[in-house]
Amino acid sequence: MKRPFCFLALMVAVILGGCGKPDFSDAEKKTIASLALNTLPLLKPDTTNRFADVPAAAALGSTLFFDLGMSRDGTVSCSTCHKIDRQFQDDLPQAVGVGRTNRRTMPLAGVARDPWFFWDGRRDSLWAQALTPLENPLEQAGNRATYAHYIKARFGERYERIFGPLPDFSGVPLNASPLGNEAEKAAWNTMNDAQRDAINRVFANIGKAIAAFERSIEPSQSRFDRFALDLATGAEPKGDAVFTPEEIRGLKLFIGKANCVTCHNGPRFTDSSFHNTGVPPVADLPPDRGRIDAVAQVQADPFNCFGAYRDGDVVACGELRFMVKDAPQLIRAYKTPSLRGAATRPPYMHAGQFSSLDEVVAHYAKAAPSVEGVSEIHPLQLSDRERAALVAFLKTLAE
Amino acid sequence: MVGKTGFFSHSVFPQAGGTRSTRQSVIRRRGTGLASIWRYLLAGLGLAALLVGVLAVVYLTAPQSAQLAGPDVSRTKKTDNGLYMASFVPERGVVRQGELESWLLTLKTKTGASVERAAIAISGGMPQHNHGLPTSPQVTDYLGEGRYRIEGLKFTMSGWWQLRFAISSGAGSDTVLFNVVL
Ligand code: HEC
Ligand code: HEC
Repeated sequence: MKRPFCFLALMVAVILGGCGKPDFSDAEKKTIASLALNTLPLLKPDTTNRFADVPAAAALGSTLFFDLGMSRDGTVSCSTCHKIDRQFQDDLPQAVGVGRTNRRTMPLAGVARDPWFFWDGRRDSLWAQALTPLENPLEQAGNRATYAHYIKARFGERYERIFGPLPDFSGVPLNASPLGNEAEKAAWNTMNDAQRDAINRVFANIGKAIAAFERSIEPSQSRFDRFALDLATGAEPKGDAVFTPEEIRGLKLFIGKANCVTCHNGPRFTDSSFHNTGVPPVADLPPDRGRIDAVAQVQADPFNCFGAYRDGDVVACGELRFMVKDAPQLIRAYKTPSLRGAATRPPYMHAGQFSSLDEVVAHYAKAAPSVEGVSEIHPLQLSDRERAALVAFLKTLAE
Repeated sequence: MVGKTGFFSHSVFPQAGGTRSTRQSVIRRRGTGLASIWRYLLAGLGLAALLVGVLAVVYLTAPQSAQLAGPDVSRTKKTDNGLYMASFVPERGVVRQGELESWLLTLKTKTGASVERAAIAISGGMPQHNHGLPTSPQVTDYLGEGRYRIEGLKFTMSGWWQLRFAISSGAGSDTVLFNVVL
């Protein structure tokens, strides 16, 4: 009578043991290793900005990033929305500067590795991006002539040590920009080409200094990375690197049945590309068509890679050159956000449509069709337990 | 996986022995009603455990065997109507996910002659994800001997990609599809 019991006990132990300890196939291990932060390649040089890795430029950029003087009424800086102690975002569904904008503030960790900027990618370099909020009437609401005068008055010496002598601004109006209000546009039109170019050059250099600073904002190690490193090296995980069975189930779903890893891939959990995922629009905001409307904007931007203010060779402009210009897949397509740190910075999506990770996961499971264009998401059969596991896994990226 | 299957096949043997010893002890007791209930109960439990074990093995191995089947990923192909032989290879030999790459498309006629001055249109996407290519690759150079440089390709995710070429030259128009699995 003893042996059958032994056998049963053994069977139960084997089955329970198999469920409890992390047990991954070789393919799963390979995918997990590809998500770990230690596989993040070194930041590539940005040849379009020859000051990108100049420390003095980054230092000036940092000053400008936090300087309230860099706005129309002295109340808004980049850091008003990109808060240094909040992963460089502001926890709001839509950002608020001089006015309320239509999109959520994007966190900035690792942003220098992207080819496109903003939710819709309407800028093609970090330095060209930085110029946009400075003149956006809802964000910093200034104009480029004022910024150039301000830089000369306030940071002239620092600027000249990095970028060389400032031009002579005599005769340049105090307020002028091709994108400003009627008076500012009119003032811009009274300026000659040399004056406009001089202002544009100072303005571009402001962007290049800020970009140099932003290159230092990188993602930091999470519990997931410690777990992944131990899994890769075969070391026994210790302390917080041990995953609970629920977190392991969530990880397996993320890279398996739930297909999250197709878009949220690599050590930043993003493919840096654009997808329609059927996120619903926000009722009281103007129509937002995502990437499809950004194509013409980046092409028209005088500070884009093909423009006169790029440093270095035009070969760096491959992304702009080979950009998809008109395809139905661009309708309501948005840039895949990194998921590092996401658990501790709700709300989610390009206009803060969802207020919790539970809502995000419910959205993916349901896969509602897009209001316009076609969503790439397929419905998922996920039990409540599986949804909770996915959320538990996402939290390991923020601890 | 091999280790686990080995473990399970091992544990099947003590089961056979166990059943035999149950039978022996039951015979010795001259089969009261209680003993036979025990016997069926144990046999039932044993079988259930075995079933769970087998299911566990099947469940654990299934996803891997499913991955073996996949699209044809050959890099040299006859075009759909047989007008050309086309080969499509990464210029630097390796495919790197997430980076702009250039590939070479080499076109020969049926008789092996290089195809020159072909007009080539490129399209594609990921059939399982409802989306096209994330970039719009173009022919940027003719390198002689039927070789065309195609720049601006980018594979942003792992999985099954398709690249379709519409080719038109003095020899006629034809199409060819290449699968790339990352
Ligand atoms: C009013 C709040 C606000 C201010 C001020 C602001 N931003 Fe932003 N930032 C946002 C919002 C909102 C987005 C996304 C906007 C969109 O997609 O249209 C964004 C996007 C970005 C991005 C793109 C990130 C990515 O992953 O594509 C960068 C970089 C950035 N901001 C840097 C800056 C810099 C530098 C400044 C100062 C010059 C600045 N921001 C000022 C709210 C702000
Ligand atoms: C087809 C590509 C794709 C797939 C598959 C995908 N995502 Fe996303 N994800 C995106 C895009 C694009 C956004 C931003 C959408 C928007 O704002 O409209 C996003 C946003 C998110 C966000 C919000 C992050 C933030 O900062 O706002 C979370 C969390 C997230 N995804 C988790 C997941 C999970 C979990 C899965 C698997 C169930 C998944 N994603 C599958 C592309 C994808």
